[in-house]
Amino acid sequence: MSHEVANLSDPGLPAHVHRAADSDPKAEKKAERQVATLFGLSAVGTILFIVSYIYIPLDLFIFVPILGSTNAHQLSLGLGLAISLLCIGLGAVHWAKTLMPDNEVIAQRHEFRSPESERKEFVAAAKEGANAAGLGRRSLIKRSLGLSLGLVGLSPLLLLRDLGPLPGKELEKTSWKTGTRLVTDPGNRPIKPSDLEVGAVAQVLPQLNPDEERTLNNIGKDAVLLIRLRVEDFQLSPERLAWTHEGIIAFSKICSHMGCAVALYEQQTKHLLCPCHQSTFDVPRAAKVIFGPAARPLPQLAITVDTEGYLVAQKPFTEPVGPSFWERSS
Amino acid sequence: MKSLSRYRKHRYASPLLLVFALFMIGTTFSVASASTKESVNFARSAAIDEGKQIFLKGCSSCHGLNAEGGKIAPSLIGVGAASVDFQVGTGRMPMADMTVQAMRKKPAYTAEEVAALAVYVASLAPGPAIPGDEILTYERDGNTAQGGELFRTNCAMCHNFAGQGGALSQGKFAPTLMGVEPKEIYEALITGPQSMPVFSDKIITPAEKLSIIKWIKAAEVEPSLGGAALGRVGPVTEGLLIWTLGLGLLIGIAVWLATKAR
Repeated sequence: MSHEVANLSDPGLPAHVHRAADSDPKAEKKAERQVATLFGLSAVGTILFIVSYIYIPLDLFIFVPILGSTNAHQLSLGLGLAISLLCIGLGAVHWAKTLMPDNEVIAQRHEFRSPESERKEFVAAAKEGANAAGLGRRSLIKRSLGLSLGLVGLSPLLLLRDLGPLPGKELEKTSWKTGTRLVTDPGNRPIKPSDLEVGAVAQVLPQLNPDEERTLNNIGKDAVLLIRLRVEDFQLSPERLAWTHEGIIAFSKICSHMGCAVALYEQQTKHLLCPCHQSTFDVPRAAKVIFGPAARPLPQLAITVDTEGYLVAQKPFTEPVGPSFWERSS
Repeated sequence: MKSLSRYRKHRYASPLLLVFALFMIGTTFSVASASTKESVNFARSAAIDEGKQIFLKGCSSCHGLNAEGGKIAPSLIGVGAASVDFQVGTGRMPMADMTVQAMRKKPAYTAEEVAALAVYVASLAPGPAIPGDEILTYERDGNTAQGGELFRTNCAMCHNFAGQGGALSQGKFAPTLMGVEPKEIYEALITGPQSMPVFSDKIITPAEKLSIIKWIKAAEVEPSLGGAALGRVGPVTEGLLIWTLGLGLLIGIAVWLATKAR
């Protein structure tokens, strides 16, 4: 026996198999009925949509298995529209697949390059057109057209100016200044140390001067969380310990990773969690990052009390709050 | 008696009678009121005793014989009656096992036993009291809009924007607030059970606490006008549904489109 294998020849395209509807009149009728049924269902869907829009009250709730109590108006509107659109598509595809001509046609690709005669003809026509328009002769028109086309390009360039102005030092500044009172959010009430029991938290904002406005931009940088621990729980450097007051410690609520509000405080573990990416900060150790993508601890706000006994900021934040940015100095 | 009745028209008879009557009223009243005070004291000390007996049997193995706490359980001195009522009344205490979090379950003690335990623990040191119906007037005094604002700032990060609860670290979680008694919500706010911090009365005033409760109660009956609420937990269930059911449907249609008809 020879071990040589005969060269494989090109098997060509598989033989074309015709569909049942092409040869069997019964199958053809069946396919026709199926397509008609789908189009008919679409019409029913539209009628359902119209009828439910007019007749089903807005506040009617019905029980649907799995979904539970569901608004009948919205449900039937959605179902009606879905049925009407989907069945048109299904019907059209089914029609094309079962009944429309099923001839396989082979079309060869033509060459991309145009024939030489056509190319010559085009060049001649272009030259003739240019001569007729007199571009070479009428230099006034040529120059003014050049000017206008050049200037048109300036308009979109000018709009790029709206990307600015650059924030400058704005990202590094908050409304916290030396002596700014801490007030509850919401409520705007000043806070005394005795208002917080051990284990208590308070969401606070800086008290603003009457001429300053509390905007979302401000809150996005100013929000602070107060937490009261036992003083002996702290594991802080002497400098940072001086930033606390009677066991009350204040951190920026803006996550140093992506700027979400970090306010999930677990009283027993004394961890602060960020709900967005699960960065975990250890409160007794000056919000040291112990888990997650945050790169820096939360900035700590130095606090003390004023002459009336209310909690105030010792000084502004010593570092920019929130996520990293290009020009961040630290 | 005959001799006494002879003096009934004596000129000193009326003043003497008056003095006698006053004396009798005074002594009767003082004896009677003293006895009620004593019986209240007696009932209270009986409840403390009963609570102490329950405590010694059911709680002291972890919390210590004098509720001073131990290696595995915190001290209960000063936690107050509200804390006991919340933890034991909702079945969280006693814990079924030493997992990361005490779960809500069928209470192990009757309401009377919980009350006795609360009286005993409250007798150890002052702490938050159980809020009564006269405090929980949220339907009358609460403000739903204000409650929503407070909820979004103070509660939503753990308990979800619709109060459905959410995950914390290492298997701990903030439970759902749907169907929770107003009294239990109030107790949790003032005592800070387990992972939850305390929300002091000066930070969130009692009136504001009632507003929060009113908002939670409004959220419970909020109809989902947009169709299936999918548990109101946000992108997790919505994403799961669209990635399985939605994409599955699209893949099915794509396969059908490409299948040759027979």
